[in-house]
Amino acid sequence: MMMTLKVNGRSHTVDVDPTTPLLYVLSDDLGLRGPKFGCGLGQCGSCTAIVGGRAVRSCSTPVSSVGSAEVVTLEGLGTSEKPHPLQKAFIDEQAAQCGFCLSGPILSAKALLDRNPKASDADIKQALSGVLCRCFTHQRMIAAIKKYADGRTA
Amino acid sequence: MKPARRTILKMTPDARAAFVNAGFTRRGFIKSSGALIVTFSAASLAARVGFAQGGPGGAPSGVPVDRLDSWIAIAADGRVTAYTGKCELGQGLFTAQAQLVAEELSIPLSRLTLLQCDTSITPDQGTTSGAQSHPTNFNAGGLALAAASAREALVKLAATRLNVPVEQLVAVDGVVRLTTDPSRSVGYGELVGGRKFEVAIDKNAKRKPSRDWTILGKPVPRLDIPGLVTAEAEFVHNVRVDGMLHGRVVRPPAVGATLISVDEASIAGMPGVVRVVVKNSFVGVVAEKPWQAIQAAGKLAVKWTPGTGLPNQRGSYEYLRTLPSRDTLVVDSGDVEAKLAGAASIIKATYLYPYQMHGSVGSSCAVADVRSDGITIYAASQNVHALRGTTAMVLGRVRDDVRVIFRRGSGCYGINGADTVAFDAALMSQAVGRPVRVQLARKDEMAWENYGLPFVIDQRVGVDASGTIVAWDYEAWSAARGGRPGGGNPGNVATGFVAGFQPGAFAPRTPSPAPTQFVADNNTAPAYVRGRVAGKDGGVGTVQSERALTHRVLSPFFTGPLRAPERLQNTFAHESFLDEIATHVKADPVEYRTRHLTDQRLKDVINAAARTAGWERRLSPKPVSRDRVLTGRGFASQACEVDNSYVAMAADVEVNPSTGAVVVKRLVIAADAGPISNPDGLKNQLEGGAFHGISRTLLEEVTWDDQKVTAVDWRTYHSIPVGGDIPHIEVVLINQPAGKAMGAGETSIVVVGAAIGNAIFDATGVRLREVPFTPERVKAAIAAARTLGTR
Ligand code: FES
Ligand code: FES
Repeated sequence: MMMTLKVNGRSHTVDVDPTTPLLYVLSDDLGLRGPKFGCGLGQCGSCTAIVGGRAVRSCSTPVSSVGSAEVVTLEGLGTSEKPHPLQKAFIDEQAAQCGFCLSGPILSAKALLDRNPKASDADIKQALSGVLCRCFTHQRMIAAIKKYADGRTA
Repeated sequence: MKPARRTILKMTPDARAAFVNAGFTRRGFIKSSGALIVTFSAASLAARVGFAQGGPGGAPSGVPVDRLDSWIAIAADGRVTAYTGKCELGQGLFTAQAQLVAEELSIPLSRLTLLQCDTSITPDQGTTSGAQSHPTNFNAGGLALAAASAREALVKLAATRLNVPVEQLVAVDGVVRLTTDPSRSVGYGELVGGRKFEVAIDKNAKRKPSRDWTILGKPVPRLDIPGLVTAEAEFVHNVRVDGMLHGRVVRPPAVGATLISVDEASIAGMPGVVRVVVKNSFVGVVAEKPWQAIQAAGKLAVKWTPGTGLPNQRGSYEYLRTLPSRDTLVVDSGDVEAKLAGAASIIKATYLYPYQMHGSVGSSCAVADVRSDGITIYAASQNVHALRGTTAMVLGRVRDDVRVIFRRGSGCYGINGADTVAFDAALMSQAVGRPVRVQLARKDEMAWENYGLPFVIDQRVGVDASGTIVAWDYEAWSAARGGRPGGGNPGNVATGFVAGFQPGAFAPRTPSPAPTQFVADNNTAPAYVRGRVAGKDGGVGTVQSERALTHRVLSPFFTGPLRAPERLQNTFAHESFLDEIATHVKADPVEYRTRHLTDQRLKDVINAAARTAGWERRLSPKPVSRDRVLTGRGFASQACEVDNSYVAMAADVEVNPSTGAVVVKRLVIAADAGPISNPDGLKNQLEGGAFHGISRTLLEEVTWDDQKVTAVDWRTYHSIPVGGDIPHIEVVLINQPAGKAMGAGETSIVVVGAAIGNAIFDATGVRLREVPFTPERVKAAIAAARTLGTR
């Protein structure tokens, strides 16, 4: 079935089975590198995309449910030459090891802080309570997110 | 278009990844280096550095490690390309190696491109693992020696060109110039640009002394992180080649189950299905799109024999003791029983460590293109050269037909599914004659990976009247099966096994022969014994009466190296036990450690961690308390493999006796891994290892029923999430500029289990000897102690 998706500011028309999880459309039909398959079960966060302002697990979101909502993936934020301030905070804190999980922490934090720029530490932890990093870069990631949050409210 | 050519053109994304990873933008790269853009179509790159390049299978003759051209190439514009056989696994090695080459070659980092792990173009440096990359590439050999050789070769060429003796020349910033007259200089590009060195690696080439370092030893930000946080970096999961299909494996439903039949009609007419692939008990479905392959594999009707059955998980540790074993005596002074008999008192304890998994966040993925004229595999394997041979075996082809190209994967911490999924993709590509990408389902990754080994460890010591240890006896049982496939054992991992290969043979051996030289053998012997074998002390301790004996039995599950393999299990047992002894003899556990050690570097990290933590001398446990939350502190230390890094850790914990919940509040780590290549990179590794250790100590355990593994997702196998409780952490780095480089990726994790266990004991008076310290176990242990009135 033909569908039009708005991803990272551009429209894409794809021919897909409507039950297909959004993840496969993003990573295979559109060839995006940001959202990655980790578990396919909504348990890890590596497939995270922002859909209509909310961080969603694209592995468990049927593409048909996206409709006209704007989809943002990790590459939609910035580039290595012009990183988004949150990405810049991750670079400044060197908050990555293998880097596979990064869509989870970065986009979960971005969606939260866009909605609630004054999010508390507890809110941030809550937003990352379903996000896994098996390299355990936790401390640096939290530091980067707080740095970004403080920079915006300062 | 011929297939060979096509696959070579597919090098373009990896070329891009290589220089994005190396910190260059694509535009900047093309502008600055016409020469190298050509080199990135692998064929000409290979030709330029001097190897024959066949089809996509490539490199029939391999990459000669003793030739300088195998390691370093210099383009006419002075840009340098270096080739390494050690890869980035998330540990920061790409950047550290780039620093090393730039330093030894005296070029700015921006002028370097580092290519890692491709069987056609990079030297075979074995497996990137075991905290061995620094020892291999940052001491007197490997990449360091190659770069130093290149610098000296350039200086010699310049001496001829400028007609002055080499002593009057110095290499600086990509040129060789007169020490006395900087205006007389010649650039590297001019000296060898575009040509080969045509010389052997000079074994006597001199490394730059660390006092002269300007790039190495500095906290250079990782070159790959900007590409990672913006999703520009290419993972193996992102590799897409023309005509690529998607495969999904169907693994047996139980351990030991074998295939009876597959009913292909059960998925007839499902959209996109291309082929059902069967080989012995290997079953896979290939489809046009990943979601189609997943759905079809889920519907495919497959009949299997029942599994062979699994031992009851309760009691499985005792069961290990009953199995035929392969025994290894690491050290035996011969007088342990006599010394124990004469001791003022004897202390005994048994420690249990479960199967744990690597549990990469991303399930493993590979892309294979198997053709009659050559085979290309993209894999996140830690050993591309070995995978080349085992892939050939699985496919019934020859090694020279295969080219394996490393692409970064999800952090692996040892052997995850990177090799096994390469076999999956290869088998399916061979069957359909087109490139196939396979990414494992979460449950297939978890149920069939090569777990870290379970251990049962019996410890006994005798102490004299002054409280000094006079004899130490260690005896352990552990279970293993398979492991790394290496160059010849594809059956060591799940796919090779179901496709018809057997794991490496298990040969029981009792009794063990006597040791002929001391081997650390993953810190089997505690740090506190002297490790005397054949008249030489191999250990770092004072205890003279010593025995360390291991029994390896056959595991029903595949096993393999998992971050700090066996060192972690052994250190948990040694460092928990040392704490028990200290309590028994009424000594402060830090002071008691140093009293039994000879090695100054180990003592130095112990003292540094104690000082930074504000360790106050006293006995454990703290007095009985009925507070709602109890607090305690614990300590642990280790000389990893005796001489491959030193670490000490102090942990502060909170324990809630009514829920059994343990929260680690603060960790102090002191580490010495020799000369520091990149202090922030080292810190990142030590922190990650420590948090990984907390998760493994408190939560992680592979579970099973009578047929199969039941830890198959993140609800049944637990990992502390990014939003979970993590402690404040302080890292003290001890630099040894003149020392030898040591591994550090596995250093901090070894001490975490004991540091936490010792802190729980300090807080509660309850000793936990079985990992993980789940709330249920902690709560039960405290309740039992209170009922008995011991607390
Ligand atoms: S892949 Fe979607 S949550 Fe794990
Ligand atoms: S950085 Fe490796 S999983 Fe997060």
